[in-house]
Amino acid sequence: MNTIMAEPLLEIEQLRIEFETRRGPLVAVSDVSFTVQPGEVFGIVGESGAGKSLTGQAIIGLLDPPGRIAAGKIIFDGRRIDNLTYNEIRKIRGKDIGMIFQDPLTSLNPLYTVGQQLVETILTHTSVTRKQAYEKAIKLLSEVGIPAPEERIDHYPHQFSGGMRQRVVIALALCVNPKLIIADEPTTALDVSIQAQIIDLLKRLCQKHGTAVILITHDMGVVAELSDRVAVMYSGRMVEIGKVRRVVKHALHPYARGLMDSIPSINKKSSELKQIKGSMPRLTEIPQGCSFHPRCPEAFDQCRKETPDLIDIDGTSIACWLYPKEGKP
Amino acid sequence: MTFHPDKTPKINDILLKVSGLKHSFDVSKPLFNRLLEGQPRQFLKAVRNIDFTIRKGQTYALVGESGCGKSTVANLVVGLDRPDAGKIEFSGVNLAALTRRSQIVPLRRRMAMIFQDPHASLNPRWRVYDIISEPIRSFKLLKDKTAIVQRTAQLLNEVGLSPEDGKKFPHEFSGGQRQRISIARALASEPEFIICDEPTSALDVSVQAQILNLMKRLQQRLGLSYLFISHDLAVVHHMAHQVGVMYLGRLCETGPADSIFNNPAHPYTRMLLDTIPDVEMTGRTRKPMAGEIPNPINPPPGCAFHPRCPLATAICRKVVPELTHIDDAQVACHAAAAEFNQRSAKKFYNTKPDKFISIS
Amino acid sequence: MSKHSQIGSAAEKRPSVWKGGRNAFSRMVNSDIFYSFSHSPLTIIAAIITITIIFSAIFAPWLAPQNPFDMAGLELIDAHIPPIGSADSDPRFLLGTDDQGRDLLSAILYGSRLSLIVGFSSVIFAMILGVSLGLISGYAGGVVDAFIMRVAEIQISFPAILIALLVNGILRTLFPDFNAERLVLIVLIFSIGISGWVQYARTVRSSTIVEKRKEYVQAAKVICIHPVLIMLRHILPNVMGPVLVISTIHLAVAVITEATLSFLGVGVPSTEPSLGTLIRIGNDYLFSGEWWITIFPSIALATLVLAVNILGDWLRDALNPKLR
Repeated sequence: MNTIMAEPLLEIEQLRIEFETRRGPLVAVSDVSFTVQPGEVFGIVGESGAGKSLTGQAIIGLLDPPGRIAAGKIIFDGRRIDNLTYNEIRKIRGKDIGMIFQDPLTSLNPLYTVGQQLVETILTHTSVTRKQAYEKAIKLLSEVGIPAPEERIDHYPHQFSGGMRQRVVIALALCVNPKLIIADEPTTALDVSIQAQIIDLLKRLCQKHGTAVILITHDMGVVAELSDRVAVMYSGRMVEIGKVRRVVKHALHPYARGLMDSIPSINKKSSELKQIKGSMPRLTEIPQGCSFHPRCPEAFDQCRKETPDLIDIDGTSIACWLYPKEGKP
Repeated sequence: MTFHPDKTPKINDILLKVSGLKHSFDVSKPLFNRLLEGQPRQFLKAVRNIDFTIRKGQTYALVGESGCGKSTVANLVVGLDRPDAGKIEFSGVNLAALTRRSQIVPLRRRMAMIFQDPHASLNPRWRVYDIISEPIRSFKLLKDKTAIVQRTAQLLNEVGLSPEDGKKFPHEFSGGQRQRISIARALASEPEFIICDEPTSALDVSVQAQILNLMKRLQQRLGLSYLFISHDLAVVHHMAHQVGVMYLGRLCETGPADSIFNNPAHPYTRMLLDTIPDVEMTGRTRKPMAGEIPNPINPPPGCAFHPRCPLATAICRKVVPELTHIDDAQVACHAAAAEFNQRSAKKFYNTKPDKFISIS
Repeated sequence: MSKHSQIGSAAEKRPSVWKGGRNAFSRMVNSDIFYSFSHSPLTIIAAIITITIIFSAIFAPWLAPQNPFDMAGLELIDAHIPPIGSADSDPRFLLGTDDQGRDLLSAILYGSRLSLIVGFSSVIFAMILGVSLGLISGYAGGVVDAFIMRVAEIQISFPAILIALLVNGILRTLFPDFNAERLVLIVLIFSIGISGWVQYARTVRSSTIVEKRKEYVQAAKVICIHPVLIMLRHILPNVMGPVLVISTIHLAVAVITEATLSFLGVGVPSTEPSLGTLIRIGNDYLFSGEWWITIFPSIALATLVLAVNILGDWLRDALNPKLR
């Protein structure tokens, strides 16, 4: 573990994403701040609608209108990237930041062979000859575990199974040695046994190439296996950020704790699963104060009035009134 | 064969008995294409001989990955498809053999189904009240409109919603609430047996916990039996009394849940359990399973798992293994059966002579 | 059984989340569709025009100065009078008269009425026929689907006008008593309807195939609902959206088709001229300088068709969830 606080690869400060609707701006993500160190796997977990995919899209500049970054800064490798023009961000995307989406069917162009897509990406971002790019593509396919790569490089995406396709997508993301990969639900559409293979592959490759990963998922198991640190999002805010082992086993925030407790366990049997009452509020009906207070078993007066900020306690960041600035309650 | 007197099934305890179930889908190309390209007909062998029993008040879970045929089994049991072969005996009556509506409908009333996708399982143009009361009207359980309104309100309360929600449309509800509406609809015909096809796979983890708790409560209160289809072993571990593991249309292993999870005998079951992500960070070492699931149109001969199995031998490539009793479970594996026979033989030969007489 | 009838336990009752007016009017006014309507000036104008034309067509007997269908009320001496603004005009006939002495304004009002009656009826006929065949085709699949679709494909390879002409001609020879005006209208409506069912059927069929696979249809099958009821009560409400859009545009097409048939002389009887007949009558006199007999009905026809088309376009865009 790298204990020296190196210059962070990615810094997000007070990110705020809004949607313009005819009834006024709708805040989808607010006050999100975190850092990612080089080579670190940073997980963002949360349930659907929490805003994690939007955060990932904002970083890479793929936010669809009417969504837009309303406030905050995104600093990548010392350079601010949230206010770049379309062409400038395009150069960074693909070369320094790669992306893996959930559905391997739609991430690959069905009209081009896998080889053509790999070679084109390599040629766009690095200055090598076509032959060298081709050889690199074959090497990559073999590295991601595709058998007989010299043959399969000329196959079309539909000729691969789901798990193989996701491997190709990973190869595509890694082919220009990016510093950061944003993986948005990379294993959700895959079978359980294939999921395990892909998680393993990602772990190995990212360690080997020193690539940092932002892993966005709702699957706690994937995060537990893959990440170094994890952030829990709720209603567009980050409520807890910390080392994965601590957050999963002893979460501080009541929502994070409730989330971890509600996962059925294969090791112990219980008659009832712990549940959090109610459900995440819609974007149009976010309560005042801490957005979790209506469902929180430990809510008190201040929770209903003011929204807690993320404060740092012992290497963990937490946004909850139970934990005042001075330290543990 | 070991004999457990306390586990002898009582005949009137069994609610559903499925035997020899087989079903294939015709996925051949259209006639012209076949003639021009000289290709034979192609069949997707979804279900290739399934047997299981469900007792009253119990949950039987069918687990497996995509393509194993578990959803097809659910559709066959509930009557959405007709099996090519086999018996589906509900309360002793073979549903697969019935043809007349007057015979089928009273039995169908006692079964219900809950589907996976909370968005597609409710008609977006109908009000919730109409959706929930449809089974009541279809099976003519109540005639009077006020009685139907009352019963619908009761069902909504039962699943944790309020009677006012009956006037709304499905899109006004979240995924978890929609699944509750589906459960209310399933309960409307007062069934004894509910088939649940991945009921929580599309839901978030905390919502899943609510729905699973609700389903368990309902089972305890109303004495329901569930056929629970899922790919999520942790959920199955929480819900099921009996488990059947499917692979490419056949059962690899079936038995009490404790047995399957604590003492898996089939290599596929063992590997499946191994692939579950370690959420509790117990530090368990995992070895991911090699290979991919074969195409169900042309499954491998013999035991379908042999290309990926570390214990595969020559017989596995030729002969389809039958389900044999191993301890509490039934397992279809040549290697496991051989190992068990060896173990039993060892036990037999190692026991002292006087122990013979006391075997009853 | 009694376990089910016990009053539900005190499980968590979720507070009602839905806000907004409960009655249908306030929901409509607040909806996104109304918003897109009220913010598009072109659509508002088109709607006003269409409503005006429909209104005046309905109330033609009260609005028109003269009944142009009443042969007895016409005076040949009033023929060929030019409209207001030119020499020899007559204040009784604002838009001039045609060769029979009909006041053109009244003729346009009555004519639009006829065009709209034929138009609406044909659309409704085509819609019922097309939607039913589409539902059956999509739901049943197999041979039934193949047969209906082949018939549709054969028909669509001919121009609709030709089909209408063909059916019209066949029916007229079958029923030689075609001087009965009601029969002529019915035959006309039937022919235009038959020429237009295919697009409804095709759209409904593809939507039906999509909806058929959805789980709410499976759920209905599980509770033993009859297939016909499934088609009518479950699937039909979900496939009607595109049908509405098609029908507004089809209305314009039906009106033009009727006009074309009348122009060719095989449409409405010549004693009750529709817009198309008027255009034909005027066509003969165009080169002798009596432009008004053709131009005014043509403007009326074009305006109606344009307005209906714009409304149809707006409706299609408003109902398309991807553009919202």
